[in-house]
Amino acid sequence: MARAAVLGRLALTPVRWQLGDVAGLVEETPRVKTVELDLREWPGHKAGQHVDVRLTAEDGYQAQRSYSIASAPEDERLAITVERLDDGEVSPYLAEELMVGDKLELRGPIGGYFAWDTDEGGPLLLLGGGSGVVPLMSMLRHRAARGSEVPTRLLYSARSLDDVIYREELERLAGDDNLDVLYTLTRSHPPGWTGYARRVDDEMLREVAFREGLAFVCGPTRFVEAVADGLVAVGYGPERVKTERFGPTGG
Amino acid sequence: MSYVSRGFRGRRRGEGPSDRIPPGQYLVDDFPVLSAGPTPRTPLDQWDFVITGAVANPKRWTWEEFRALPSETIRKDIHCVTKWSKLDTEWEGVSVDTLFEDVETSADYVTQFSDGGYTTNVPLEDLLDGKAWVAFGFGGEPLEAEHGGPARMLVPHLYFWKSAKWVRGLRLMEEDEPGFWETLGYHNYGDPWREQRYWGD
Repeated sequence: MARAAVLGRLALTPVRWQLGDVAGLVEETPRVKTVELDLREWPGHKAGQHVDVRLTAEDGYQAQRSYSIASAPEDERLAITVERLDDGEVSPYLAEELMVGDKLELRGPIGGYFAWDTDEGGPLLLLGGGSGVVPLMSMLRHRAARGSEVPTRLLYSARSLDDVIYREELERLAGDDNLDVLYTLTRSHPPGWTGYARRVDDEMLREVAFREGLAFVCGPTRFVEAVADGLVAVGYGPERVKTERFGPTGG
Repeated sequence: MSYVSRGFRGRRRGEGPSDRIPPGQYLVDDFPVLSAGPTPRTPLDQWDFVITGAVANPKRWTWEEFRALPSETIRKDIHCVTKWSKLDTEWEGVSVDTLFEDVETSADYVTQFSDGGYTTNVPLEDLLDGKAWVAFGFGGEPLEAEHGGPARMLVPHLYFWKSAKWVRGLRLMEEDEPGFWETLGYHNYGDPWREQRYWGD
């Protein structure tokens, strides 16, 4: 039983479905909602991991999707942040139908490569496109909860300031001397805007890059492809760049 | 019976033939990209493909030698563990049977390995008898780098992380060795019809 012996060494545990209680709903932007859950059992997670959510209709029909965890491992409740996709099947339900007091079936945590712990040190470069900021927020919340002074920079690409998720909290977190929060607004920006106002390019990456440490890149495929290629072009070795991509499909 | 999600009816039911959509999957028309790091880009004159490890007569092909091998058009449904399935995808590739024609081995397992350091493990029998290919074309075009070009594995009867992108070789193993995602909690075998997504499924 060579196979069983090898796998036994990994000491992995099965990822079981469980029912969480929907304890809070936060409207982040008109298209984005955070679902806060109370769970009976949670093995703990690393910032950056995700969960699978499963919906079941009365006749037994089921649909599953994956969502990044937004909360820090230290937080009392597990939070996921969901962008409503108009032609989606699961995200409109989570964003519009779900109410406090409902239950939600999920399992996790899943993943473990696109994940960061303060013990791993830094400096830490985080690059998010749209709702790709969600797992990066988990990392920032974890960093804050631990009182970490790891030099950290978030470059967050959004269509407009109104599309920025967690804006108030990010501004609060940016009061930390060791954390820079930078936005680039790709579609529209308010009068007098002094931040970046274009798609992420190599020049921008050169300005935010650190000489060492990891970069985490999350967003739509085109964003991740451009940013990951750009990071390599400005001197990040491929082994320093961790990516998580989601396509326009999903929902 | 699972918990019924109040008010959930489901929009995508009946979108595809149920005998071709494994449990927990939904249909897509586009081709989502998933990978853990930057897309590697190895120039073709530096590319080779090897069969190595527990093998009496290791093999190596340059790109030109590899492309001179007999190839075929393959039409298959593919299933990603992130829940999407895509039907009737059309590939051009070399059957693993062709690569193994005069390979002598007593190994039962294979580690696929790739540019960028990715690995994934499969039983050797899952790559033989018309079940797997090294693909270099997709939809009548050369395989794009973001989808694994110049060449990737195509093992369509398993979840798609078992089809390594940017593949550079097959390492024959006497003992099974979990690969990149398998070590991180994904299922060791990955049969979509038994919904083997994660360790313990």
